[in-house]
Amino acid sequence: MSKGILVDIPKCIGCESCSVACKLWNELGWDPQEKNKTAEDRAKEPNKGLWPDEWTSINRYDVKKNGSPVGRYVKTQCLHCVDPACASACFSKALKKLPEGPVVYDQKLCVGCRYCMMACPFDILRYEWKKAIPGVSKCQMCPSRVTNNQETACTSVCPTGAITFGDRDQLLAEAKKRIKDNGYVDRVFGEKEAGGTSWLYISDVPFEQLRFRTDVTTKSLPSYTEGYMKLTPFVGGTWAAVLAGLYIYNNKNKEPLE
Amino acid sequence: MDMVTTFEKEPGKKHHSLRWRFRLTPIRLVFLAIAVAAIAVILVRFIFGLGATTNLNDQWPWGLWIAFDVLLGVALAGGGYGTCLIVYVLRRDKFYPIARSTMLTSLLGYIVVVLGLLIEVGQWFNFWRPYVSWGHTSVLFEVFWCVSCYTVIQILEFCEVATEKVFKGLHKFLKKAMPVLLIVGITLPTLHQSSLGELFYIMVGKENPLWWSVLLPPFFLLSSFFVGAGMIVIESSLAGKAFNHNVEIPVLRGLVRISGGAMILYLILKIVDMAVKGTFANAFAFDLPSIMFLTELIFGVIIPIIIAFSSLSSTRKGLLWFGILDVAGVILNRFDVVFTGMAKYLNQHGGHYFPAWTEFIVSLGLVSIACLAYLFIVENFNIIEHRGTEAVEGTTTENGDYAVTAK
Repeated sequence: MSKGILVDIPKCIGCESCSVACKLWNELGWDPQEKNKTAEDRAKEPNKGLWPDEWTSINRYDVKKNGSPVGRYVKTQCLHCVDPACASACFSKALKKLPEGPVVYDQKLCVGCRYCMMACPFDILRYEWKKAIPGVSKCQMCPSRVTNNQETACTSVCPTGAITFGDRDQLLAEAKKRIKDNGYVDRVFGEKEAGGTSWLYISDVPFEQLRFRTDVTTKSLPSYTEGYMKLTPFVGGTWAAVLAGLYIYNNKNKEPLE
Repeated sequence: MDMVTTFEKEPGKKHHSLRWRFRLTPIRLVFLAIAVAAIAVILVRFIFGLGATTNLNDQWPWGLWIAFDVLLGVALAGGGYGTCLIVYVLRRDKFYPIARSTMLTSLLGYIVVVLGLLIEVGQWFNFWRPYVSWGHTSVLFEVFWCVSCYTVIQILEFCEVATEKVFKGLHKFLKKAMPVLLIVGITLPTLHQSSLGELFYIMVGKENPLWWSVLLPPFFLLSSFFVGAGMIVIESSLAGKAFNHNVEIPVLRGLVRISGGAMILYLILKIVDMAVKGTFANAFAFDLPSIMFLTELIFGVIIPIIIAFSSLSSTRKGLLWFGILDVAGVILNRFDVVFTGMAKYLNQHGGHYFPAWTEFIVSLGLVSIACLAYLFIVENFNIIEHRGTEAVEGTTTENGDYAVTAK
């Protein structure tokens, strides 16, 4: 059963326990530059505060709800697409989707072409530009925990129930129930976006105001290039045969070229 | 400043000796200087990484090296497979005189691409991984296989030329293999030229709809084909000056017309594509992408078509203008796909990229190395005067200039 995580945006109080848990479990470094940044600072950064050592970040957006100003915290990380563009774009299979849900990266296999970064519909992948031998970095969705029937590090510490770990199908039903009960925006972000993602978001303010890519395609991204790749061997074979035929025909009664 | 460097093996034997020569002219010294600077930057890149030598960032993971060294390098080298198709497969023999020099340019272009890629990727020592990982869902997988195999094929094709001078015993084997090499050597670039366009198809919603299209593969393929004639015209006019040898106008004009035909097809497809996607409004919005898009089509396609099919292409000047506009149009197109087309999306939350000077140096350096290699090979192997008649051998004239005489 594929796992997922439901993010109930209004429930998040921005304590950032999840970020700390992520750092500890994944043994990520602490960049002094990042320590003094607030959730508001990160929300304004081009990369949403995600860096090679920051796999998740809490971003605060000041928005209006029913005319009165409110702050909303959005947990940001890889959304773990059901059919990930990055894994399909990777020609060395350094990125792959586990049946349990996580999209994981293995630097040993990586060539470093960064096509995954270009292909990602949510611009989540980061590169270790400062290293001589760099790798891609992103949330791995704690594969060693998830495949052993444990929940992810971040969800395990959330004090408010803003992030819930579970089966994706059940979470989707739960999300729709909460939308109805709480009068949220009628959209589960991640249900259909990019063909569906393991992380699901629900919100009481429009997703557009929280820097979500709301105009993203609902088709799975690998499906865009699938047909082309399947057709290629046949096109190549046919073209080579045509060329061979033309070559023989055109050279039949002629002196060979030098 | 005209220094002549002549290396002679076995100076005693006059007629069967191997002569290697390379004239050092001021322009070649400039190439050499840029190449040395580039190699220095490349060393820094390998020791300190991409961050130290490029302005690439998480919003712009692909920059000048991908756009220039790879996309453009492959496209501008497209004349090689195009000429092979016209000369060897379709047997339009009148174009035979330019076959070897075009194929040489193509080979050097691909070597630049391969070197550029090794510098560009983060873990270059893993370059072989895709051969064993078999990530066949990736369009890049197709590009990788075809570009690497085609480079090897081109090296073998060049060996056919080289063995006229060195390792002569192998010549007859290579000659026998040529038909196979030629056919595979046309099939592979047809596939990867298209795939380079298809690479951007997965960036749906990121790439500007002016360039994002289901027809990206035919656009990239056709443009790599029609840029061939432009490159040949420019190359032959430059080589004409350097080696005092001009390709006849009817030959160039014939090529320019074939290229013009491909341009007409390209233009029709572009218009159909715009009609289907409904992007005419975007094309005439006269914002930056629209201006770039129209410039590309008007100066890079429409005017060259007019030149090709009018009396303008009967003069060297007209042909040269065709070449310049054709090549500039394709350069603009590839840069638009990587930069102009992606800018609005990638910069929407404050992203920014402009190549660092070190990036420019490396790109220029790779081109300089290719130019030097071209000059060396042309001076030492039977490339330019090649007419498919008799073997020719170079001799040095009294004043030290290079001349070629048929025996």
